[in-house]
Amino acid sequence: MPGTLVYLESHDGELTKGGLGLLSKAASLGGDVLGAVLGSGVADVAPRAGAFGASTVYVVDDEALAAPLPQPRVDALEAVVRESGAENVLFPASVLAADVAAGLAARLEAGLNWDLTDLRLEGDELVGVRPALGDTVLVDVGWTTTPRLAIVRSGTFDPVESGGTAEVKDVGATFQDFSTLATLVDHLQEESSGPAIEEADVIVAGGRGLGGPEGFSICEDLAAALGGAVAATRAVVDAGWYPYSAQVGQTGKTVSPKLYIALGISGAIQHKVGMQGSGTIVAINKDPNAPIFDFADVGVVGDLTQIAPKLTELLRART
Amino acid sequence: MKIAVCVKQVPDATVHKRLDPSTHRLDRSGEGTLNATDVNAVEEALRLKEAQGGEVVVVSLGPEKAMDSLRKALAMGADRAVLVSDEGAAGSDLLATGRALAKVLEREEPELVLFGQQSSDADGAVLWASVADRLRRPMVSQVAELTIDGDSLSGKRQTEFGYDVISAPLPAVVAVSDAINEPRYPSLKGIMGAKAKPQEVVSLADLGVDAETVGVAGSRTVVRAVAPPPAKSDQVRIEDDGNAAEKIVEYLAEKRLV
Amino acid sequence: MSGIRPADYPPPFTSAEVLAAPTDPPDERIDVGILIVGGGPGGLACAVRLGQLLEEHPDVRERLGDVPVAVLEKGKQPGSHLLSGAVMNPRAIRKLFAGRIPIEEMPTYGPVHGEAVYLLTKGAALRIPPPPTMMNHGNWIVSISELGRFLAEQAEAGGAMILPETTGQKLLVEHGRVVGVRTGDKGRGKDGEPLANFEPGVDVTAKVTVLAEGTAGHLTTAAIEHFGLHGKNPQIWALGVKEVWKVPRPLHKIVHTLGWPLRKRARYGEFGGSWIYPMGDEHVSLGFVVGLEYADVELSAHDLLQEFKTHRLVRKILQGGERVAWGAKTITEGGLNSVPSRLNAPGLLFVGESAGLVNVPRLKGIHYAVESGRLAAETAFAALGRGEVAGRPGALGSYDEAVRASYMWKELAEVRNMRQAFDKGFFVGGALASAMTVTKGKLPPKELRTHPNADAGLIRTGRAARYPAPDGTLTFDKLSSVFASGNRTRDDQPSHIRVQSQVPRDLAEMWEWMCPAHVYEVGDADGDGTVQVVVNPSNCVQCGAISAKGGRLTPPEGGSGPEYTIT
Repeated sequence: MPGTLVYLESHDGELTKGGLGLLSKAASLGGDVLGAVLGSGVADVAPRAGAFGASTVYVVDDEALAAPLPQPRVDALEAVVRESGAENVLFPASVLAADVAAGLAARLEAGLNWDLTDLRLEGDELVGVRPALGDTVLVDVGWTTTPRLAIVRSGTFDPVESGGTAEVKDVGATFQDFSTLATLVDHLQEESSGPAIEEADVIVAGGRGLGGPEGFSICEDLAAALGGAVAATRAVVDAGWYPYSAQVGQTGKTVSPKLYIALGISGAIQHKVGMQGSGTIVAINKDPNAPIFDFADVGVVGDLTQIAPKLTELLRART
Repeated sequence: MKIAVCVKQVPDATVHKRLDPSTHRLDRSGEGTLNATDVNAVEEALRLKEAQGGEVVVVSLGPEKAMDSLRKALAMGADRAVLVSDEGAAGSDLLATGRALAKVLEREEPELVLFGQQSSDADGAVLWASVADRLRRPMVSQVAELTIDGDSLSGKRQTEFGYDVISAPLPAVVAVSDAINEPRYPSLKGIMGAKAKPQEVVSLADLGVDAETVGVAGSRTVVRAVAPPPAKSDQVRIEDDGNAAEKIVEYLAEKRLV
Repeated sequence: MSGIRPADYPPPFTSAEVLAAPTDPPDERIDVGILIVGGGPGGLACAVRLGQLLEEHPDVRERLGDVPVAVLEKGKQPGSHLLSGAVMNPRAIRKLFAGRIPIEEMPTYGPVHGEAVYLLTKGAALRIPPPPTMMNHGNWIVSISELGRFLAEQAEAGGAMILPETTGQKLLVEHGRVVGVRTGDKGRGKDGEPLANFEPGVDVTAKVTVLAEGTAGHLTTAAIEHFGLHGKNPQIWALGVKEVWKVPRPLHKIVHTLGWPLRKRARYGEFGGSWIYPMGDEHVSLGFVVGLEYADVELSAHDLLQEFKTHRLVRKILQGGERVAWGAKTITEGGLNSVPSRLNAPGLLFVGESAGLVNVPRLKGIHYAVESGRLAAETAFAALGRGEVAGRPGALGSYDEAVRASYMWKELAEVRNMRQAFDKGFFVGGALASAMTVTKGKLPPKELRTHPNADAGLIRTGRAARYPAPDGTLTFDKLSSVFASGNRTRDDQPSHIRVQSQVPRDLAEMWEWMCPAHVYEVGDADGDGTVQVVVNPSNCVQCGAISAKGGRLTPPEGGSGPEYTIT
């Protein structure tokens, strides 16, 4: 299979997990695995890609790429794609990568599929898999031309360090006049009160089974131990136990963290539709007939006021 | 200042969503509503117009009945609606949609183009970046706060790492997140006045768009098959006998979640 | 057996709250010619007919201003709050569109091809000859929600302005005349506080206001109070819960059932039955209806439907199928003697179910809605055409004359005592009903009274033990059913339900079982035999049952509630 180019992002001097995971996946599919590192002063980061399967890493190192803005990256990546002749270009999902991929699609008149949770080969054809309709169906998607652009859902593939080195090639890029018109003026850090529930990798959610607003301290402790966010069902938000910004469900937010722990939540469909896309669902409820046990990966029938604090204690001990 | 807002009609969230078994695409028959974040984009445009004067045009690509959703934007206060509606455009993917929209926008020549960041049917989730590339104008996405000062904009862009403050000269393309504002309800007067506002339907030929470059012909991606997701592998049931917490930690550790 | 009567715990609500003089300054009011409240078959038929008349008489249309006809609809769009069986007598809709659109071009599921009536017991279905009132040859199967969308399109094409997501919150009355309607506010929080996008309601003034609110109409109830228009008998209601299923095998006839799972003895007060109608070859509509005079605390119309589906007869029809819709709505059951004493007031007309025009023994109401809507249009047009001030008492009197001279009145008169006969239980009621049918209403000679539904004293029989547990395939719980109705009402808004918040346990439990959408829950006990009533207003599908049984439904924020499409 001809070359697969992986768009690699770096943060704080390290290549991000998402990109490394895509390198490993591309290696498992066969063919040439190529990496693209774009930025300013990023030359040192590039070679690491070799350890994850890349045979060649293309580097575009330019002042114009210093700020985390997409449009100059489209120019740079276009140059890399042309130079490398890659047939597939994979992006690990991120705010920046999404814009780069879409800009590149227009630039190259190429097809782009996104939100993929798997990739496979059918003969020589690359096939992507993505969930649809609120994660209730899986759709196979393809491309009719090359290059094939794909954005893969964050955390889909794990990086596998296979050892190996990559050849680093510097690529020069010319930037379009409009690409550098947007400029970074300032950067503000988030006040860190924990992740917002839409971004969180881990969510601990509470429902009526908590017994009252005080019950949320159990959720907060567990969330803190896991580095996650706290969410709530509509019923308890209505009752004033927790703010509306934390409400997950049909009339609240839709979330899809890697881990969703539901404490005292029955799992009525109005709540389910807001979190059914979660990676792993752990439910603790004293009612063995609660509907949540129909779709939880781990269903624990028991007293959450005993189990959850114990869980928090054990997790704290591990770190 | 002329502001164009690109909006999309999506199947009503409450209606039983289904995939059309023959095309594997979202069944778009039945009622539609304005994509939720597009409403935020319309609201932002209206606020800018109220502060600085100008015109707000809503633009969309879709079947004729998509005009109903455009009318909702008119009821909120937008001035004009332009709908690109053509049999040949049906089944357009990101690439083809971006092409058609860019043509309409070239025709309108707005100072600012707004998009809503999320699409509830996830079909246009990255459209603005493609459109900006075709228009050859600067683009800022995930904007949670937007100010226009003379002929440049300043946007607070939300990323995984905090906020970036981005500046760009107009004309520019901006995708706003739903955090940017709380959209107004159309007033009764607004709803009643919407019908009288200019609503234009243009065909691909009107735009000078070659039918080969849009629709299914102009798309570069395909949907091959639809399947239900694999059954949940091995649901684990734990009856607490005092060790539930330990068992949970074991499970999570095994899955490398902790 | 508490014998507690819901009527003894009236809601904190008075009709006076619903009437007001206009408060907006004149230049902020919206003035229309004829204002119709309710985008159902009655209101829309009125709008369609007005469009036809105004097209023929542009001089009258001129006089009605920029918006000659406006229709307020509280749902997301016309059809969103419409739910019925339904088998429709095509007579009225044919008349409405005579010479313009044949019924074959309207959205229907075709004429009735055959019918069967069964008397059910738990294990058997005894086919009985259809009672004469139930013969449906010549009638058409429809989805009232789809029909509503069709009528709305026709009304708009005829020039009416349809205003969805807009409620009629107050009736504007000035100098004893109805001058319009105040619409509801939008963007208030749970405690009534205006939110950032608060949009106040507006006074919509009109020369004639037509109330076509359907069952348990908010403005209608208040107007009847205010103008002293009560019928001879108190109005009564039934509650119907409906599902639409996709089925693998077509059903070829319409089916009605009586009997199981309802109980026949008079003390239970359980009157009702079911329907199962084909909707083309791929779907069926089925529903269970029970009169709200029932006495059992644990009676639940939703669970009766679920129980009903477990009967062999019904299982066979639904086997291998999939539920695609659910909904609930009350039906106005009082018949002729509960119809308001006058169907007009200064500046006001009552149409359709709001006017009590429903033929319960025939299970027909849609054609009365359409016919009365048409007649209301003609009266309003005639009055305004004559240059009348419609607010003058009696100016709209020709409407009452027209309704009383119509076939609707004659049909309702024949069956006027039939529903009440069933107060005496299934068998006595059945016998009386037969007598009435044979003599076309001449027997019995004495008019039978109705009793308000809320007067029924509560009893307990352990009924709930027989409801099936929801299995998610054939039978369903209330919450997932509310989801299937398309309801995603905004949570952060004031509660639109008026009930006492602290009541005897039996009453709170009765409400909890009664409500198909699980709006009411028994809360904490207060130590003196009473409990708190927990209300979840965003579940509400606005069926109206609470209004019949001790509470009062008012319109929530426009656009709230179910989004029916094929009910």
